[in-house]
Amino acid sequence: MSKQVTITINGKQVQVPDGSGLVDAAKLAGVDIPVFCHHPKLEPAGMCRMCLVEIGRPMLDPKTKEPIMENGAPKIQYLPKLETACTNRVSEGMVVLTQSEKAKAGQYSTLEFLLTSHPLDCPICDKGGECSLQDLTMRHGPGKTRFNFDEKKHFEKPIPLGDLIYLDRERCIHCARCVRFQDQIAGEPVLDFEDRGRGMQIVSISDPEFDSVFSGNTSDLCPVGALTTADFRFGARPWELQAEASICTQCPVGCNLTLNTRREVKVGGEVVVKRVMPRQNEEVNEIWICDKGRFGHHYTESKKRLVKPFIRKDDKLVRASWDAATKLAGENFAAAKKNFVVLAGGRLSNEDLFNLKSLADHAGGTALLYSDMGGGELTQLVGVGAGTNLANLGQGDAILVVASDLYEEAPIWWLRVKQAADRGATLIVVNPRETKLDRFATSTIRYEYGEETKALAEFSKKGKVADEFAKAKNAIIFFGSEGLGLSGTSGLASACATLLQETGHTGRANNGLIGVWPRANDQGAFEIGFQPEADLDKALKGKSVYIVGADPVGDDPILAKALSGAKFVAVQELLETATTEIADVVFPAQAFTEREGTYTSGERRVQRFYAAVAPKGDSKPDFAITSLVAKQMGIILEGSSASVVFDILSHSVDAFAELSYARLAETKPQWPIVGRGDMYYGGTTYENTKGLGIQLIPTAQTEGTVRIPKVRKEAALHPKEKEFLAVPINQLYDLGVMCASAELLEKHIGTATVRVHSSSAQKIGVEAGQMVKLSFDGLDGEALLKVDDTVPVGVALVPRSMGLAIHEPLVGSLQLRSQSGKGK
Amino acid sequence: MGVFEPIIELSKGLGEVLRSFLFEKTVTYQYPEEKRPVRPRFRGRHVLNRYDNGLEKCIGCSLCAAACPSDAIFVEASENTDEKRFSPGERYASTYEINMLRCIYCGFCEDACPTEAITLGDNYELTFTDRKQALYTKDMLLEPVRATEMLTPQKTEPGVFTRSVPEMKNPTD
Repeated sequence: MSKQVTITINGKQVQVPDGSGLVDAAKLAGVDIPVFCHHPKLEPAGMCRMCLVEIGRPMLDPKTKEPIMENGAPKIQYLPKLETACTNRVSEGMVVLTQSEKAKAGQYSTLEFLLTSHPLDCPICDKGGECSLQDLTMRHGPGKTRFNFDEKKHFEKPIPLGDLIYLDRERCIHCARCVRFQDQIAGEPVLDFEDRGRGMQIVSISDPEFDSVFSGNTSDLCPVGALTTADFRFGARPWELQAEASICTQCPVGCNLTLNTRREVKVGGEVVVKRVMPRQNEEVNEIWICDKGRFGHHYTESKKRLVKPFIRKDDKLVRASWDAATKLAGENFAAAKKNFVVLAGGRLSNEDLFNLKSLADHAGGTALLYSDMGGGELTQLVGVGAGTNLANLGQGDAILVVASDLYEEAPIWWLRVKQAADRGATLIVVNPRETKLDRFATSTIRYEYGEETKALAEFSKKGKVADEFAKAKNAIIFFGSEGLGLSGTSGLASACATLLQETGHTGRANNGLIGVWPRANDQGAFEIGFQPEADLDKALKGKSVYIVGADPVGDDPILAKALSGAKFVAVQELLETATTEIADVVFPAQAFTEREGTYTSGERRVQRFYAAVAPKGDSKPDFAITSLVAKQMGIILEGSSASVVFDILSHSVDAFAELSYARLAETKPQWPIVGRGDMYYGGTTYENTKGLGIQLIPTAQTEGTVRIPKVRKEAALHPKEKEFLAVPINQLYDLGVMCASAELLEKHIGTATVRVHSSSAQKIGVEAGQMVKLSFDGLDGEALLKVDDTVPVGVALVPRSMGLAIHEPLVGSLQLRSQSGKGK
Repeated sequence: MGVFEPIIELSKGLGEVLRSFLFEKTVTYQYPEEKRPVRPRFRGRHVLNRYDNGLEKCIGCSLCAAACPSDAIFVEASENTDEKRFSPGERYASTYEINMLRCIYCGFCEDACPTEAITLGDNYELTFTDRKQALYTKDMLLEPVRATEMLTPQKTEPGVFTRSVPEMKNPTD
């Protein structure tokens, strides 16, 4: 614990940490000093002058440096003028008056001055109702203005700042919270001020405009309605919204969300999700979320949502009752016996996966995870210890990121790893090409695609950085699936786990292995006993398959062929997909907004989400559908309540022992204080009242040293002259069903592109922007060619989930499409 | 008591009836053929007002709904463009509904309105035969226009109608 000092605020003596900002110290002591520009997560700026207070400091004797005493108390010296509390740090004996006549007059005048040029269009402002300027004017400000309305500054009303955020320059009070957030927190200084004085305005200095995946957070921080999101434009007034706690399903970070809902006429008066806001969880996402989480939720209200069960009759899918549909599926699965296969996707909750696994076990079938990434058994063994918080990593700690572009795969981890590096942690980025994280890395290591384990082994043997990693107080490794398939990632996970164990970085909080999984609950699937399968097409051919939350037909023609040869296919999905087209039975499932459940994040934190809106049509939660199917097979599984399923799960799976919904809903006070009552201080982020979640304890934490299974490494592929090595990479905005339905993100998704080095492009005579034909072993397709010199020569980067069926590295060729069509 | 006394009293009474019948103005209104004028601050059925050019005064701010003590008003807003302009400024009410069964005619909505868009009018003749009829939608509440070109949405010159809230004077009545 840091040194405490005693200060006096408004006559009350309080103990606060030495060196903390005065506004934060006062907040800690329960005294609100009004602020606009100050934010507990940002460096002080002193831009708005709202926090004017009287500060007195004890007079020191110049000789002895001891306080001069007067009438038995230290003599206090006040400056003749008011000081900004935000830029002052507390010191021993400081006396602060926030409510004196002088201070109040200063705050009053500042507000009057800020309002001289504010348009006061609160009735149509999206921030109206959760606006700091409104709140503080009510508390501290004048009811009237002495200034002339004709002299107000006038700008063109909202101008788009990027395509997700609108900027209203008239409302801006120049607090620079957005500018500082982008610079200090996100590390992407894409905003800045232009001009001076009353003409001062925010501008984007990046191309494309506001090029950041954290842009939505600036609208949370904005103390006025200058930055609002395009998604929520005139959506509702904040006081009309209901709030329900949820968890983001877009990536394995598991950001805590609040879903704001309201009735909507367009959909016949149903309650819909109007906007997604971050919910504070200082150990997961702090108070931030990325734009994919904020704007990508629209798939739950897509027109393609399934609302009724379907059965195939005379080669056509026709509506059926739940009874008929589950009976058909149940009979076929029961008849299949050993040939029954459950194929589950990582979007499912722990409860769904547990019921599916139980069904597969009882029926004697197999349970497969639909994923190209393995290594889940290692995160169970040497995953990060319970109590891990990336915010605790700093000087003397180390983070290694291997084969992952965190910015694209898990933006909030990227942000938090970057901040750990800012605090002084050793950041080692091991990746075959340059990523955005490299800028913050202490050391970057490049390797050829396919040589990742070799690169790790060489790294661990020698060098200053390897020493730093080995001697670090705490060390965490993130491993991803950049350029790797199932066997590659399993091998990499094993190598990472070995490195961690050899250097003694397992079994403790803030130490261990984190998988950057492609989907939100892949970690949960591994915990419950699902395994991915390398030869998925063989595993599906001729079987009776129960596909839940996955679209293999749409993803891969080979799997489509395998499934067309399957005996029976039942598909349980949210939306119509290519897989539901070929199914014999289709079950409509409920989206995460419509039901409750739990997810396990990549950091192995089990977190609860709650139902915010009514279910669509006849859809049911996945675990309940599984229970209905099981019933038809003569197997009894809990299907009525998610919390009961979770109780059974906690009794059956050791990792979840002693967890319950009640425990997952526990909260504790967090710093900084945010929420509805403190919006002037922390922004419009919601406070966490519905649970912080609980981290699972890895085996290494209970048993010490564990045996790490060795994985046979497949030889790296080396393309011949004129051939390319196509490697899969992950991009944030892709054509996955959970992102593609959001109209706002369409521009960011774009078309499928293949990225190659300029010299490679020259060699095959193709220019940037031309359509190329890909012909690799098992991969045929067309994509736009993009030239990118960060890509190694002879390598083609092929994005996953963009309509190109790439699972693992392949060797083959690229050529200009015959029609020589220019890209759009 | 004499014999004539009751007759005199009766005649007095009948005389009063005759006098008032012949010489006094009647106070009875032949409703519904004839309607009694309402007081200046009478609070009847709401009207959504328009500006002289036909643009709607309502900007969809939903403050009336917030002020409403009986939760009778539901507003949903959308964005104006110069191609399709409903009201001045950026925002207009794409949905405006008042549930007249819930309304208590308190007039708080009038007070809350920043543009004087909603006023409680003179109409007190509200009858319904089912609950759905009690839901007054925007078309029913909007003030009628004198000419069809004043109907909203209108196509307007860019840069003219940029302000949602007009400058206002204090009410005079």
